[in-house]
Amino acid sequence: MKIISDISIEKVREMLEEVTDPEVPVLTINDLGIVRDITLDGDRVEVTITPTYSGCPALDMIAANIRMTLLSYGFADVKVSNAISPAWTTDWMSEKGKQKLKEFGIAPPNAKPQFCNTNYFTENEAVQCPHCDSWNTRRISEFGSTACKALYQCKDCQEPFDYFKCH
Amino acid sequence: MHNTNLEPAILTEYLLHLADDALILGHRNSEWCGHGPVLEQDIALTNIALDLIGQGRNFYQYAASTANQSGLRILQTVEEKEINEDSLAYLRDTREFRNCLLVEQTNGDWAKTIMRQFLFSSFQYLLYSKLQESRDSVIAGISAKALKEVTYHMRWSGEWVIRLGDGTEESRHRIMQAITELWTYTGELFAPTDYEKSAADAGIGANLPSLKTEWDKRVAEVFHEAILPHPGGTGEGGLTADPWMQSGGKSGLHSEHLGFILTELQFMQRAYPACEW
Repeated sequence: MKIISDISIEKVREMLEEVTDPEVPVLTINDLGIVRDITLDGDRVEVTITPTYSGCPALDMIAANIRMTLLSYGFADVKVSNAISPAWTTDWMSEKGKQKLKEFGIAPPNAKPQFCNTNYFTENEAVQCPHCDSWNTRRISEFGSTACKALYQCKDCQEPFDYFKCH
Repeated sequence: MHNTNLEPAILTEYLLHLADDALILGHRNSEWCGHGPVLEQDIALTNIALDLIGQGRNFYQYAASTANQSGLRILQTVEEKEINEDSLAYLRDTREFRNCLLVEQTNGDWAKTIMRQFLFSSFQYLLYSKLQESRDSVIAGISAKALKEVTYHMRWSGEWVIRLGDGTEESRHRIMQAITELWTYTGELFAPTDYEKSAADAGIGANLPSLKTEWDKRVAEVFHEAILPHPGGTGEGGLTADPWMQSGGKSGLHSEHLGFILTELQFMQRAYPACEW
């Protein structure tokens, strides 16, 4: 039985690199920016995470995976808590995460200034095709395969793709 | 961190109202799953359902912790047990639900579902904009998060209203029919119950009548773009200047539709109490 001792918060954060988003498995929870806080107390640890969307169905599974991972490193007690405020934003996604998304075939979120406004039929956000890098793309639907994505199509290479929408 | 200016019983009732609105509309939208006119729009509506049910969960969790901490017995059907988000959703009967009448109306055709979503999202957008500044930090946090989601709901449904109104003769006929069927339930959104008045007075809830002008303006803009007559107006196709408005849902007096929703929503927990899977 491994016993954990003298461990740093940075080390715990490294361990959490093993926990991925079940809906976008190429991203770790660190890449997503949903790990809000880590507190250590001897061989006990508390990890605070934040949901991407209010109804994110992956959150319970992510919490379970955090527990399993940290217990396997020898922590005696792992608590995962949930903090809603301040609300998660795609600004918290790491640059490494955005690069990984693109390689996976999902267009990464644009920077905040293009955040969804309330105007109807405004110009589609300019989104770059993750396959051929063309900016000549169109939005097919505001909502994609999961809450955090929209559906796009490239007008040059014709490939449809998911866009991890700004939030 | 929580606000204590409001009696726990009133705060809990207000939270249940916010949660029930979100859950019931989310459930209605979920009925479309697998039946949408095209795959993309089926998925869109299911995503909106998921957002709403998530918002409902957040308010139920807060309602449950408020009720448990103050020893409130708000569930008639449960004995000496701690209540939680599930028991609030699954074990209350129609009279105990505090959602408005608009959200429980039947899906009808695509136009009616779109119109219901647009009228409600336009309201919810303004409501959450106010609630994110609530003196109750939990309500403020849940609302700030939900506001981002509702922005998408409002834009998506508003674009559909414009598409249908300014579309074909058939789509126009249907969206006008939807307005006729649903408009009578919009008055309740801005008519505060006692618990909403108390919440607003305490700086925890929103002052509903103050949201009406902005809501009217936003709805009128979209109707204008969609070339639809505004039912509040007296022009051609308008109903009357001051149409009769139905209310009662927020006080527990519902249309017959809610009973059917709960029958499906609560079936498992009613037939097999406390079952888990």
